[in-house]
This record gives sequence, C-alpha cells and structure tokens, in this order.
Amino acid sequence: MNVPSDLLYAESHEWLRIAGDEGTVGISDHAQHELNDVVYVELPKVGATVEAQAQVCVVESVKAASDIFSPMSGTVTAVNEALAANPALINTDPHGAGWIYKMKLSDPSQTSVLKTPAQYTTQLGA
Amino acid sequence: MSDAASLKKTPLHDEHARLGAKLVDFGGWSMPVQYTGILDEHHAVRTALGVFDISHMGQFFAEGPGATAWLQHMLANNVEKLDVGECQYTFLLTEKGGVIDDLIVYRLGDERYLLVVNAGKIDEDFAWMQSHLGDGVKFENASDSYAGLAVQGPKSAQLFDAFFGGKYSRPARNEILRIEIDDSVYFIARTGYTGEDGFEVFCAADRAVKSWNDILERGAQFGIKPCGLGARDTLRLEMCYPLNGSDLSPDTTPLEAGLAFFVDLQKPEFIGRDALIAQKQAGIARRLVPFKMNGASPPPRSHYGVFKNGEKITETTSGSLSPTLKIGIGMAYVPTGIARIGEEIEIDIRGRKFTATIQKKPLHQPGAAS
Repeated sequence: MNVPSDLLYAESHEWLRIAGDEGTVGISDHAQHELNDVVYVELPKVGATVEAQAQVCVVESVKAASDIFSPMSGTVTAVNEALAANPALINTDPHGAGWIYKMKLSDPSQTSVLKTPAQYTTQLGA
Repeated sequence: MSDAASLKKTPLHDEHARLGAKLVDFGGWSMPVQYTGILDEHHAVRTALGVFDISHMGQFFAEGPGATAWLQHMLANNVEKLDVGECQYTFLLTEKGGVIDDLIVYRLGDERYLLVVNAGKIDEDFAWMQSHLGDGVKFENASDSYAGLAVQGPKSAQLFDAFFGGKYSRPARNEILRIEIDDSVYFIARTGYTGEDGFEVFCAADRAVKSWNDILERGAQFGIKPCGLGARDTLRLEMCYPLNGSDLSPDTTPLEAGLAFFVDLQKPEFIGRDALIAQKQAGIARRLVPFKMNGASPPPRSHYGVFKNGEKITETTSGSLSPTLKIGIGMAYVPTGIARIGEEIEIDIRGRKFTATIQKKPLHQPGAAS
C-alpha cells in the first residue's frame, strides 16, 4: 500500500495534509482498496464546523456506506466538487485528485492523536 | 457474524484466496464478495463472461415411486409440467403461504429430482422436507459432496462449445444435461441468476478445483473473470430476481412478490395453497415492485424508508447502484394502490429524501445496449 510520507493518518484511515492552518482530508490508499469501487461521496457543507474524530461525511461503494471521520477539529472551507461527477477519483488518486475536503484547523498543533506514516504503516501491517 | 475459523469453506476456497478475492461471511460461509471489483465483474458478465462459485448452495436428491407426488405436495409450482431434463423455479411455502425458500427443481428421471436450494436454508429446508417425507421417496441431502459453478454471460454458449463442441449439444434454456467425465458425474443446466445466458454446473466436490481452473483457462479467450457475490447481487437486482431473506421471507407470499407464474393454484393440493387462494380472494394488499432513482443519489440499500405523500409506507428490501444503468435501483413491497409503473415514491437515505419511480420488471433487459 502507498503511504505518502508527507501526510498524517487517522486510525480510521483518513489522511490529513497540513499547510499552515489549513488541512486537506482524504481517505488512504488502504481504505480505498478495502472499499473498492467508490460510487458516491456525500460531501460535507462548506462552513460546517467539524470535531476531531466525529463523522463528517459518507463515502459509498457498491456494497456499503462508510462514515468518514474528521482527523482534526475546524471549519470546512472547500469540498472536492469533482467527486460528484467522478467519485472513482478516490480509487484512482486517493492522496491527490481524490481529496474530499479542506478545513481551517482550530489548532494546527493538536496532531498528537494522528499517526505518522511509519505508525500508520505499522497499523496496516498488524 | 461468525468467527472466521468457524466459517464453512467451499472446495474452491484456496483458489479464491490465491486469486486475491476479498472473503466475507455469507450465511456462515466464507465466500468471495469480489476479486478485482464488483463493477468490473458485473460488466464482464453483461458483456462477456464470468464464473461464480456457487458451491455453498444446497443439492437435494428425491427419488422413488412416490417422488413426483411428494414434490407436488411440497412445492408450489407443478413438477408434472416438467419433461425429464427440464427444470423450473419453485417455492417451499409455509401453511400460511409464506416463503421458506425459493429453489430450482430439475427432473432428472421420471421419479428422480435434483433440488438446488439457498445456502443459508439447507438445514432448514431439509428438516422441513424430511418432516413431511412421503411414502416411496428416498430423500438425500448431497450438499457437502457437490460443488457448483455458474458460468454466466453472452459468451457462455461459445465456452460450452469450446469444451464440448461436437460431443454434446448445449442444453436449451431451463434444461439440464448429465454427462460423465473420468467416471465422475457432471450436471450442466442452462440456468442462472444474472439474466444473461449461462450454465450452472454441479459436480463432485473433488472435481471443483479442476473444473474452476479449466473454465478460467478455456474462458480466457472470451474475457472470462472470476466473479464474487457482490456482482451476483447487482446482476440479479437489475433483473429483479428476488433474494431470499431480503425480498422473500415466511412473512411474504409469492403472490405479493409478483411471482404467481411460479405457483400453480390449479394443482389440487400443496402446502400453502389454501392460504394463497384465500389471499387472492381477499385481494393482495401489497406488491413487490422495482424502482429506479430519478436522479443522482447515494445508492439505496435494504431497509431504507419508503415514503409517499410524506408518509412512511414501507422499507426497501433490496437496493444498490445499478452498474449497467449507472443509477440507484431497488425493490420494496408497496401498497397495491400505488404499485403502478410510473408511480413516484421517495427513499429516505440518512434523513434526506430522494425521489424514485416504480418501474416494470426487469430493470435491465439483457442484450439491450448499455
């Protein structure tokens, strides 16, 4: 599985890319592989306040609906509208074009609950 | 859910693992839900060829001078309409006309039958039938000694000919061929659960791995793919074929499910007949109907609320994205008054209502451009 080294990971398989006080969120390569064909993404609303580890949106494969949990607290600033027409971007490019939402982080320093790439790789290997 | 170690395995379990299948608990069996992906496998069956492991399904044999009379009593359809070598879809019903199981009965001889039943119902069906056993019938549960493979798709006939061309002619739809290869018996039926042309092969469990690999090897030229239960479900739902336990249950009758064609009320007697006649006379209050979402929506799934004029009228029994139609589809029992093609309903998906329209069956016509 591809675990890019510039991202942080939640135990529930979301990734977070931090740039200043902005975070971009998606699901990991492992998660997209487990879900397989993503056919629908219920995006969060821009402006919504989200709490760390709380359900924020839903990604649906042919077989099941999976809750996505926000890796950190903050306010949603943008959503990936391209997923409405092409939800499979999550499968083809989970860490890039398949991003789900961007958020203004309430406190960019509170990353301790997240895993480093090495820790996440260990989790996947377990 | 059962503990992984306690799950039953088909003779093809190691092959599935080797092919990288994602294995899930299906009614107590460890079964492949997908290999490469449900959409990919679905399209392979609609456009070319797929092969499914159906070894989890049950095989019963009923034989003896009393076999026909007994099955006439036990089953809702009429086995006397079958010539030797033909099969029909039928039901085991409760006295109240509810569905215990839906199955295929194959007439192998004048008084010899093969019944293929749902995996999760093998023990219950066998116990029910055994407890009603008629005179002059030898009834056997051969499920453990048989494997089953379903080869489905428009190129099925070409694959059959690649195997048997010149030696055996293809059975017609709903016919079954019995052949022997290396002293082992194979039943090859022109049946399936996908709506496409195809064959279901029942063979000795110890021939399963060779048969599976031979089919994959010979099928390669036709683009065959191993297919899991995920694609099996989307394929059957596009055809509006019911899934027992979801669309059928002891609380629903074949008349409500729109399957009266497979029930012969002209037969003088069978278990459930009186209740079905009474239901027909009283008027059938609800009908199982297929629906299609009117636009983009999350895929409907089973047990989602169905609304009409703001009121909840029922729940869906099945639902999925249709890989062929590329829109959400499903089925639900709705009051007869609104069980009309073109009637609009709403499906509650996580608290949001999306409109859908009742359709005629099937939702997809095989062979139609897609």
